[in-house]
Amino acid sequence: MHKKDLGLLVLVLVIGAITTALNPVFLSPVNLVNMANLIGLFGIFSIGQGLVIITGGIELSVGSMFALIGVIFVDLLVNFALPWPIVVLVAIGLGLVFGAVHGFLVTRLHLQPFVVTLCGLLIYRGIARWYMADATIGFGYGDFDTLFWLASGRSFGIPHTFIAFVIVAIVMYVVLHKSVFGRHLLAVGKNEEAARFSGINTRVVIASAYMINGALAGLTALFLAFYTSSVSPSAHGSFYELYAIAAAVLGGCSLRGGEGSIPGIVLGTILLQILQNLVNLLGIPTSLNFAVMGTVILAGVLADQALQRRRAIKVAEQQRAKVVAAA
Amino acid sequence: MPAPFLELLDITKTYPGVTALSGVSFAIGAGEVVGLIGENGAGKSTLMKILGGVVEPTRGTIRVDGNERPAFTVTESMQAGIAFVHQELNLFENLDVAANIFIGREPRSGGFLNLVDQAETRRRVAPLLQRLGVDFGPDTPVAELAIAERQMVEIAKALSLNARLIIMDEPTSSLTLSETDRLLSVIAELKAQGVAIVYISHRLNEVKQCADRVVCLRDGKLVGTLAKDEIEHPAMIRLMIGRDLKSVYIPPKHAPKESGLTLEGLRTTAFPDFAVDLTLRRGEILGLAGLIGSGRTSLARAIFGIDPPLAGTVALDGQPITVANPQDAIARGIYLAPEDRKRSGLILEFPIRENISLADLKEYAPSWLIRRDKELATAERQKVRLGIRTPSVETPAISLSGGNQQKVVLAKWLSMRPQVIIFDEPTRGIDVGAKAEIYQLMRELAEAGVAILMISSDMEEVIGVSDRVAVMHEGSIAGFLERSQLSEHAIMELAIGHRPAA
Repeated sequence: MHKKDLGLLVLVLVIGAITTALNPVFLSPVNLVNMANLIGLFGIFSIGQGLVIITGGIELSVGSMFALIGVIFVDLLVNFALPWPIVVLVAIGLGLVFGAVHGFLVTRLHLQPFVVTLCGLLIYRGIARWYMADATIGFGYGDFDTLFWLASGRSFGIPHTFIAFVIVAIVMYVVLHKSVFGRHLLAVGKNEEAARFSGINTRVVIASAYMINGALAGLTALFLAFYTSSVSPSAHGSFYELYAIAAAVLGGCSLRGGEGSIPGIVLGTILLQILQNLVNLLGIPTSLNFAVMGTVILAGVLADQALQRRRAIKVAEQQRAKVVAAA
Repeated sequence: MPAPFLELLDITKTYPGVTALSGVSFAIGAGEVVGLIGENGAGKSTLMKILGGVVEPTRGTIRVDGNERPAFTVTESMQAGIAFVHQELNLFENLDVAANIFIGREPRSGGFLNLVDQAETRRRVAPLLQRLGVDFGPDTPVAELAIAERQMVEIAKALSLNARLIIMDEPTSSLTLSETDRLLSVIAELKAQGVAIVYISHRLNEVKQCADRVVCLRDGKLVGTLAKDEIEHPAMIRLMIGRDLKSVYIPPKHAPKESGLTLEGLRTTAFPDFAVDLTLRRGEILGLAGLIGSGRTSLARAIFGIDPPLAGTVALDGQPITVANPQDAIARGIYLAPEDRKRSGLILEFPIRENISLADLKEYAPSWLIRRDKELATAERQKVRLGIRTPSVETPAISLSGGNQQKVVLAKWLSMRPQVIIFDEPTRGIDVGAKAEIYQLMRELAEAGVAILMISSDMEEVIGVSDRVAVMHEGSIAGFLERSQLSEHAIMELAIGHRPAA
């Protein structure tokens, strides 16, 4: 684990301790399970976002993907009565396709990731609303107990969203930090030109990050539909991409690319959810929610920058000492 | 010679470890055209940066109109009437000619809004353009102008600033012959109007045509001045070279093999109109000389698949191969140690270990996951083999010296199966000790049957290391020189496109 991640872990523990001291409900089983559920829900797609940010890109369309994939998913399940395993594959496959299109536009047509995914945000939301004529779609009285249990049930008292998140996090940890692809991803994000000169197919690497993100967004869309138990296309998942970006940035991903770790993103997600919880538990007006989140992220980034500057000064002093000694 | 208005006295500029200029004195008077010549790295650009106030000399005096200027800043340089027409033009393509000329000092209409006075701008630009005899107007968008015309805009801008001295750095490098003639006649007109010109060029013909006086820099020193009637090619070349090269040549133990890399009719994206034919044999070090911008790096990028060739064939040991991207080249054992190793050769923030394994990661990941112990073993082996001086292979590449960084780039390729290695400026910015180690290593690789192409602008290196030299001039190979024919003079003649009258 990196020093940065350790610092974040300490911050999570300190804020948790303070919240507990002020309101012991924080550690009650009900609250913990509730938080685990939300951490799982938000964590899965934050990891995808983190991978895209490591390539130096950004993915703004996640929230709209939730709406579009969500309405199609519920529609196929309820109105077309397709078998649920097929519907699940369709949902994840749709996410994968959206990611592939974004990856193609970014790497082949050299469009800026911000622009590509902003257009995605508008297009997917628009199609979702048109598809449903702005009406909310629910699960009704269909018989999909298995899927319902898989998506929003618990095993050993642990919400399945959280279990899925842990599995995704472990897999992506191995992919990012132990596999060839992960090393290539970090290399491309840090210095695309040098990566190309080392024979790395930078386009494939970058496009893959968007595709993984899309697939994870598809998976989240399922969990989210069951969490809200209905999808209203105009509001479902709105702004969720910003939670993911916030978690990734808090977790040490640099928007310049090349930096970030899975433990960092996991801790970033946890910290964000604790903050939300804290607002509720401490009786802070819920309307201040975003303001609290924004302030903490800003403070975190400022602190990180101050630490980095101190380190840079130290390195510069060492190098100067070396030059003087050599002269 | 007219009384000089600008004098540089005993200018010295040292950087840590390097003396860029040493004791250079230079003066120029109104209406004088001075040709400034010298090899790549002779100190020309440092001298110009000092004139522009961008770089402060370590020692020396600058006098303008007889007054000493202790702190010669960019503003002072402008006030003294010094203007630059750069190799890369600094114009705003999205604005018109008049707006470009008055950028940052636009005439205002006054009043409450104080808008830009377009009419006034045009009124003041028109006579400048007339003076240069160009056929475009003040409101032509710069995007519509050819390079030569844009240069005229730069000159008009200099005139609008009441320039007394215009410094032109390789102004004809991207001009056609007729455009060049046009520029030379504009220079003659400016001279007649009393404007002084410093004309920096490798094209000795042009220098001969326009200069009243030629000064030559070599290794940071002013080595000679030629008066108008002494300006001849042999005299200029003698000034530019004229030093004894310390031979570092290590002769090969075996004759080169017949097999190797063959290029036929290769056209690069930088010079689509010229084809390159070249044979690079296993066991030899082929030096690739030429002036900056002659197409050497474009050739390297084409062979390595960064900018795949537009036409022509590449063959390795007689087998035609297709190189559409660096992956193809690397799969064939064709490697490139790039010119800008910090940007293209290394991921500076990565540790040495990860930089060495980067191009060959699959070898380290038999079961999908990277085996760190294998990476470490290779890195340690290469560290010993190449003598990379570092406390640990986990040190980030950014904290190494230039020589050690280059060794990490080489370690990456040597840990694989090299057949052909292209070294682009292999020892630029590297200290003498590490240079010798890299030359030794190149020789060892050649002895082991690797074909080596060494691009270099350092004459000492080209002559001291190569078994054979190819010289490029404007996108094609101007000629080959065998070891016995190698001399700085012979290389220079080919590099400036001056075919020996054999």
